[in-house]
Amino acid sequence: MNTLILISVLPILLLYLGVFKAKNALLPVTVIGLLAAAGLAIAGWNANATPIYHDMVLFDRFSIAFSVITILSTVLILLLSKDYFEKISSHVAEYYAVMLFSLAGIICMVSYYNLTMLFIGIEIMSVSLYILAGIKKRDFASNEASLKYFLMGAFSTGFLLFGIALIYGATGSFSISVIRDWILTHPRGIDPLFHTGVLLIIVGLCFKLGAAPFHFWTPDVYEGSPSLITAFMSTVVKTAGIAAFLRLFQSAFSTISDFWMPVLLVITVLTLFIGNITALYQQSFKRMLAFSSISHAGYLLFAVVALGAASANSVLIYAAAYSIASIIAFGVLILVQQQADSDHFSSFNGLGKSNPFLAFVLTVAMLSLAGIPLTAGFIGKFYMFTGALSRLQVWLVIIAVVNAIISIYYYFKVIVAMYFRGGEERTVLAVPGYFVFVLGLSALLTIVLGVYPTLIADINF
Amino acid sequence: MTVSILIFLPLIAALAVALIKNQATKHVALLFAIAELVVAALMITRFIPDASMQYVTDLPWMPKMGVYFTVGLDGINIIPVLLNVLLIPVIILASYNHDYKNANAFYALILFMQAGMMTVFTALDGFLFYVGWEAALIPIYFICALWGGENRIRITMKFFIYTFAGSLFMLLAIIYLHLQTPNRTYSISDFYDLHLTLKQQGLVFWAFFLAFAIKMPIFPFHTWQPDTYTEAPSAGTMLLSGIMLKMGVYGAIRWMIPVAPQGFDHWQYIVIALAVAGIVYASLIAFNQKDGKRLVAYSSIAHVGLIGAGVIAWTVTGVQGAMIQMLNHGINVVGLFFIWDIISRRLKTRDLDELGGIAKAAPQFAIAFLIVLLGSVALPLTNGFIGEFLLLKSLYEYNIWLSAVGGLTIIFGAVYMLRMYKKVMQGETSAISALFTDLNGNEKLVLGIICVLIIVLGIYPNVVMHLSDAAVSKLVNSVNDKISQVQSGVNIIAPQR
Repeated sequence: MNTLILISVLPILLLYLGVFKAKNALLPVTVIGLLAAAGLAIAGWNANATPIYHDMVLFDRFSIAFSVITILSTVLILLLSKDYFEKISSHVAEYYAVMLFSLAGIICMVSYYNLTMLFIGIEIMSVSLYILAGIKKRDFASNEASLKYFLMGAFSTGFLLFGIALIYGATGSFSISVIRDWILTHPRGIDPLFHTGVLLIIVGLCFKLGAAPFHFWTPDVYEGSPSLITAFMSTVVKTAGIAAFLRLFQSAFSTISDFWMPVLLVITVLTLFIGNITALYQQSFKRMLAFSSISHAGYLLFAVVALGAASANSVLIYAAAYSIASIIAFGVLILVQQQADSDHFSSFNGLGKSNPFLAFVLTVAMLSLAGIPLTAGFIGKFYMFTGALSRLQVWLVIIAVVNAIISIYYYFKVIVAMYFRGGEERTVLAVPGYFVFVLGLSALLTIVLGVYPTLIADINF
Repeated sequence: MTVSILIFLPLIAALAVALIKNQATKHVALLFAIAELVVAALMITRFIPDASMQYVTDLPWMPKMGVYFTVGLDGINIIPVLLNVLLIPVIILASYNHDYKNANAFYALILFMQAGMMTVFTALDGFLFYVGWEAALIPIYFICALWGGENRIRITMKFFIYTFAGSLFMLLAIIYLHLQTPNRTYSISDFYDLHLTLKQQGLVFWAFFLAFAIKMPIFPFHTWQPDTYTEAPSAGTMLLSGIMLKMGVYGAIRWMIPVAPQGFDHWQYIVIALAVAGIVYASLIAFNQKDGKRLVAYSSIAHVGLIGAGVIAWTVTGVQGAMIQMLNHGINVVGLFFIWDIISRRLKTRDLDELGGIAKAAPQFAIAFLIVLLGSVALPLTNGFIGEFLLLKSLYEYNIWLSAVGGLTIIFGAVYMLRMYKKVMQGETSAISALFTDLNGNEKLVLGIICVLIIVLGIYPNVVMHLSDAAVSKLVNSVNDKISQVQSGVNIIAPQR
């Protein structure tokens, strides 16, 4: 709870700092505040968690683990933003504040114990994101992204809310534990209202996750938003989305998995294929990342499809691996974009010669996203595959393997561009110190988690 | 002393070499490779040639997932390990003649690859085996793509996707086997003790086969190989053909056949036919090659097809033949590719029609070439002979017609190899060949080592063969027991969970 309070108060403090023109204090205050919030969350690890505030929220290990991982990812993204926000907007304090408000919503999303809290969390997060997507006020693409995201997001929230209402109509409660008990006491005659509600909730959550066929907003929004916001959306937001998904389906709906499993299987397979095959044809690195993030949503859904004891572990390690690798990718993209003024694959040509460090960390990130052993991404896929195979979803895993093979092609495209396509001699990119820190740390984490995943993979939930 | 030293020493070496950015890089790399050879040699001299597992390391890695870091040395993997430590210094030495850009990265990748291949050869844990398998692939991809020929980008991508595809299916098979084990481990002995149904074994068998057939390669999974061998830099080709393809042969002996014995037995006739078909197919194509490196690439498919067929026939003779032939083929093919490296470095061409009469200009080179060539065509008293003889004998025990067809490899091999020799070395000295200068010191050293190995192993093969005898007999017989138990009607299939 302290984490949530701190993250909610912090942005207000930041807004005051903005009023008093204390620009230089913004980043340190934010980072220290977030690290303190993460510390507070970890401090509650061994506490005996019970639902609080009339069963509204539950800060159990699941919520702590996902809070920490989203907070730390946000810290990494914010560290990349030191000069970034100043360049695109004059209201820097608002940036930090809105991003933290969004994070507060995310903490609600991973800690809810009541469907109203889920809804509130998603809305806090989404409304902040609508603003962030359009924060480049005079940029056409940014405006487009914001508008599209807002319209589609509002629409999908409607689905989610309608689903929650229907479930309330059937069970008479928003509380997850009451809903679970209601299913157990009505093993045969479950109301069609309830089933419809579950389906609508799936639609709403899949939208936030960017899973096909509810993914159409992703490419344009990701491309139009400022790169750092895109990084935030495709890592932190996605992690929160899958955590919310898993929390609901693991605790409330697990007993009726026969009903929603086929639906999710279809969604997963569609997500994998649509994300991967469309990514193959992209010429823009940023857009490729957008589509690849769709396919990663598909892999993340594996955890729900193969619901089991290790699901939370799988999601945690997959989300961590994916987030870290994506942060590297977006970080390098920002630097390259500033120099080349384009996010086309060809703007990466020759980076291996001019900036060996950037090329190396981006290679590590791409290998991790592709799931090559000795990187964290492989361990994530390994957990997902093991989980799915143990539930005898053999065909699903074979489809996933085919997709992993397809993805090699587009992830290696950028490696090929950096190392093997020299072209004209490019000038050396100036890499600011905090970029070196974030990118180096992320690459190191990717390899450490790939070599010794026991560090976070064996957490007991 | 444990085998894990052999994995971590090259890994540390790779990191060290990557940091040295001056002329000393290659010397440091060579020193590390020699150190590795010395450590391995110490282990091998103290190795007790029975069927036991020695120098074992067993540490928890991801204990919750049943993953352990288990490595060991026994009669099955001692020869691949020997091959690995023996050829890496030779390959590094052979690369001295090239002035590669970013030499530190180049040598670091070679050493990293050695660590990966060593993991594959010594792993006793399915997960570790897979990790090593992929860890060896990444460096060779970069070696081929960074220092390769003109079409390298497209061709290495094909190579990578091809092999990665095969190995992912192997990963699925490994996870599947893991889920069947009672204690949920990846340990190879638990895999051996499984009692799966014929259908399960069939699926596991094909998943493994795909990975190994692509790696070796066995017809019709070979299409990546000639292009990749041709476009790769010489060191890359040597690594691929000399050591890496043996990962496939070794995997079949250690993993594919023993974990799915009945599945193997059921499909044996198809895969052995594929292997033998590959021998003939590759030999016929080799006849028509103008590019010398490409010719050797196809000859390698033919030779490996024979090794594969011998393994799949699954007799003690055949597997023992495959063991010795893995080593010998590695030595010979590295020799042949080095010879082509010498020719193309001097004359900037590998076209057989443009060459000719080099023997007059370079007598020392001619002798070395001839020795390597004779080893490669399996002349008695050279190293190629004993292995191919055992492999054919094993194939004969399986089916006389297959062995007759497979035996063509020796005849075909002699024809296209001697034709190559004639075109390159004999006859009128062509305009280009006149520029050829005889071997320099480094080349003499490399070819000298290879020639000595060819002759010593040809005259006294038992110096390595006795190492694997006991383990091979035990493994082959235990698998054959499992197969015959089912055939004689004893139901050993336990009820499925």
